[in-house]
Amino acid sequence: MAYSINLIVNGDRREVEIEDPRVTLLDLLRNHLHLTGAKKGCDRGQCGACTVLVDGRRINSCLALAVAMDNTEVLTIEGIAGDEGLHPVQEAFIAHDGLQCGFCTPGQIMSAIGLISEGQAGDDPERIRECMSGNLCRCGAYFGITQAIQEAQNTLSGTDSRSAA
Amino acid sequence: MNRFEYLRPNSVSEAVAAGAEPGSAYLAGGTNLLDLMKAGIARPTRLVDVTRLPGLDRIERCADGALRIGALVRNATLAHDQDFVRSYPSVAEALLSGASAQLRNAATVGGNIMQRSRHVFHAALASVSDAPAIDASEEDGRYSAVLGWSKACSAVHPSDFCVPLVALDAKVEIEGNTGRREVSLENFYHLPEDSPEIATVLQPGDLITAVILPTRAGTFSPNTSYLKLRERTSYAFALVSAVACLDIEDGKIAEARIALGGVAPKPWRARSAEDLLKGEVPGEAAFRRAANVALADARPSRDNAFKIELSRRVVLRVLLSAANGSPQRLPPLPSSPFSTTPGVHQ
Repeated sequence: MAYSINLIVNGDRREVEIEDPRVTLLDLLRNHLHLTGAKKGCDRGQCGACTVLVDGRRINSCLALAVAMDNTEVLTIEGIAGDEGLHPVQEAFIAHDGLQCGFCTPGQIMSAIGLISEGQAGDDPERIRECMSGNLCRCGAYFGITQAIQEAQNTLSGTDSRSAA
Repeated sequence: MNRFEYLRPNSVSEAVAAGAEPGSAYLAGGTNLLDLMKAGIARPTRLVDVTRLPGLDRIERCADGALRIGALVRNATLAHDQDFVRSYPSVAEALLSGASAQLRNAATVGGNIMQRSRHVFHAALASVSDAPAIDASEEDGRYSAVLGWSKACSAVHPSDFCVPLVALDAKVEIEGNTGRREVSLENFYHLPEDSPEIATVLQPGDLITAVILPTRAGTFSPNTSYLKLRERTSYAFALVSAVACLDIEDGKIAEARIALGGVAPKPWRARSAEDLLKGEVPGEAAFRRAANVALADARPSRDNAFKIELSRRVVLRVLLSAANGSPQRLPPLPSSPFSTTPGVHQ
């Protein structure tokens, strides 16, 4: 039997039919919608490279079945830059060298946007590191990542973080 | 991952009927189940998605002061609920010490209670099917149990959340073919003995609908602490963890609650240590005796004799931390020994 999935992805309404319910949200984004920003690192929820926002909350898209995400709103790295340019978190990652090879970066940035929207860490570097522990960077760019999130937090504070996301 | 059929029932009764069919498993956050399915360890032939069932995602204060937490409340939602943090700070801290932010956003309260380690699953499968038994040499003996284990299974219960819950006499509300019932979380789990495949009291079709914290649970908020030792500071299972809840009146302990995680196949309540502390003046001497009593029955299962002494020290330290008072704000590193109790030396 076919399963029909309705999603809003980066603001656009998408309807996808799948035959096999084993398709994860990550595979749906990458293979069916050709949004390859979210990466398949471990495929087990350990590395965070697949992080996207679902209804505003950051999750591991590799541990979510696409059929179970029916009628949700998904935001991926492809959807965060506006007409005026990059998202403040993207700008901050560039300014602080929060990346080297770049493989983990879409997940890091989506996770950081989720973190800022959760409002639990502020610009405290220790809380930022703790709240980003679900995103691994094998190049070890953690120092720059933490600095970037501190700066982005300060840039975005005073604005509504959900609309900023 | 094996193929399965996916269903999304609209009511609890529809879910229970579908869940009672052979091969069915309930899907909530999916963070544990999908991981086990990808590993080929869990192999349900039908997933019953319960995430859209109405009414199970609420946190409700009952008239008598008890708290009813719907089974579909996400771990992060509960851990950041202001009333919850105020009333049960050590439970909030335990939740935040577990997994990663992404997993806590997806994982549910009911799923947290149902989570199983891969080792438990391997042991369970090996005993009921022709699945390959886990090679003991591949098992990391450091993580094995020192309390309540059997030859059939020495894997530990992996949850942080359940440790303070069991100390606070939490109850599990279950909807099944025969109606609704409540079971204490402590009695919800079976010790493995010879049948590690029977982990809980759940029967086919049984669905966890809520966790209930009784009125008394909220009264420990001034003096409670959860401490977790792990191989790295964040995003790791506990080597050993413990919770202490103290009711201190007129300088003496009226009641103590102590439970341990990472040491047994279920969240482990240390009742003899609790009894010993009744009427005592809180302090290192009494706490040291309690820590010794808590581990009196411990024995190493594999390469883990160190966990017994480690557990004694964790119990001592979490008791000192609770006696010092719950923190005003959740620390930057939840439940880390680097965050708690300044001035306590080991």
